[in-house]
Amino acid sequence: MEAAAVHPQTASAFELLDVHYAYQDIPAFNGVSLCIPAGQCIALLGANGSGKSTLLRLLAALCFPDRGRLTAFGEDLSAERMQQEALAYTFRRRVGLVFQNPEVQLFNPTVFDELAFGPLQLGWKREEILRCLDAMLAEFSIVHLKHHSPHRLSGGEKKRVALASVLITRPEVLLLDEPTAALDPCSQSDVVRFLAGCRGTGRTVVTATHNLDIVAEIADYCFVLQAGRLVAQGAPKDILGDGALLRATQLLHAHWHVHADGLAHIHDHRHHLAGAGTGT
Amino acid sequence: MGAVGRSARQPTRDDGRLLKTVGEQSYLRGGHRHGRRDFLERLLRGLLDAMDHTADAEQLAAGPGVLQRLDPRIKTLGLLTLVVTAVFVKSLVALGGLFAFATALALASRMTLRRLAGQVWTGVLLFTGVLAVPAIFLVPGDALVAVPLLDWTITRQGLRGAAFLVGRAETAATFALLVILTTPWPQVLKALRSLGVPLVLVAILGMTHRYIFVLLENSVQLFEAKRSRVMGPLSGPERRRMAIASVVVLLEKSLHLATEIHLAMIARGYRGEVHLLDEFRTRTRTWDWIALASFLAVAAIAIGWQWLPSIGDRI
Repeated sequence: MEAAAVHPQTASAFELLDVHYAYQDIPAFNGVSLCIPAGQCIALLGANGSGKSTLLRLLAALCFPDRGRLTAFGEDLSAERMQQEALAYTFRRRVGLVFQNPEVQLFNPTVFDELAFGPLQLGWKREEILRCLDAMLAEFSIVHLKHHSPHRLSGGEKKRVALASVLITRPEVLLLDEPTAALDPCSQSDVVRFLAGCRGTGRTVVTATHNLDIVAEIADYCFVLQAGRLVAQGAPKDILGDGALLRATQLLHAHWHVHADGLAHIHDHRHHLAGAGTGT
Repeated sequence: MGAVGRSARQPTRDDGRLLKTVGEQSYLRGGHRHGRRDFLERLLRGLLDAMDHTADAEQLAAGPGVLQRLDPRIKTLGLLTLVVTAVFVKSLVALGGLFAFATALALASRMTLRRLAGQVWTGVLLFTGVLAVPAIFLVPGDALVAVPLLDWTITRQGLRGAAFLVGRAETAATFALLVILTTPWPQVLKALRSLGVPLVLVAILGMTHRYIFVLLENSVQLFEAKRSRVMGPLSGPERRRMAIASVVVLLEKSLHLATEIHLAMIARGYRGEVHLLDEFRTRTRTWDWIALASFLAVAAIAIGWQWLPSIGDRI
């Protein structure tokens, strides 16, 4: 699949060319080529173990291809290059990753420290940090949690703090790993509303998910992964309308119903998120 | 993004209870006891008790009380001064005075005597008692009482030495407990930071405290999962095997967690050097200064008492 084939008119935020990656001896990524255009909201779709999280980590420069080429904002990304102070600073300033498990991301004693961590590492001035921190607390309605310890927070609150802790540095690119996983419907709706609000703002957002119900609302374009390979890409309506593709990639499963007439029927089924805009 | 906060959980009176996040999911809490509890149940109860204890301590630290109202930095400095004073004081009267002061401070900070006895006094007494009791008989000096049949003699110097050992340990531990129980842990860390403790040490302490809870939760879930699949009583070797296997699994989990946390830190700009923000606003409250002055005055009196040999010698 040619990377340049996707949105050739738009500058790319990331480009992968024949990228391979393995965890020790277990291959996770096999010759993937794709282009993530700047300013677009992208959904990475795939079942568990399809390589979505690995792709996000590659894009966040937390791991690097074993083979192939990965570029960010037109520059090659490699472990050696990321050792350069200036490049690392610029990259971390521009790209933020929200991990799937907030426990991993919230490692500071209080919410205040959590939000201050990123700007402090990037060398911001104290006054600027405090100003942005207050603004971010208000924006995410977590002012009352400012001095709380993360272990006291609910799942939805942890997710909001994790998002705020990344967004405080105002990254151009936001990478999210399963942002609605393990959240109650209300918290899911909040996250979906936030992601939907990012569309058209010029920010590049890459969301890894297998929740098809949110895709139409949060994405301009989709990539579908299966077993470490890119198997499809396209607009959400095209991808979501392709039942065969979704079944083949285990994003859709056959669901048995026994109807009143006593006959069993099989329907395509995916879980419905109330208020997310798309149905089953 | 304002809408994101629409469903924000309002703080409740129970907010400080870890039970809300962990304990309430435990089938053991409030469960029935069937005679002798098995190994897993005892272990789980121990873990849950540890979490309950922490939640309790956090509630106390956030509640009203004399020490809770003080600036953490001044409180920490003052109480640490008193700990040092208790260790070096050379008069039993002064030591008794310090102990009484510590107890009074604890009561004024909404701590009960029962709590102090349970959390400090008994444990310290047992531990230091083991060391102190032989000294009563072994230290040569003026005989006070002879133990019948054993031909052992309790000496004045031995008794004095034992009293000092136990008194110093009890007093210092009480003051230390006051710092911990009347100050939220993040505030203790920030107080240490503003008092010049190295950043790396403060950061390590903070992360350790943060992840103790994650590992405790993991442990509770792990043992509950195991317990749900244990059909009958386990033999001794089986219990030991299970305990060792659990330790290995937890170690693996904690290593994985550590790796993930490191990646999360790198993703947010961490380059090997910790930077932390001190948010303390120095609000020069009269109370703070009075407290500090009192601390220092008591400390000075306690230290100075050693220069009154007549009283010191009489005790």
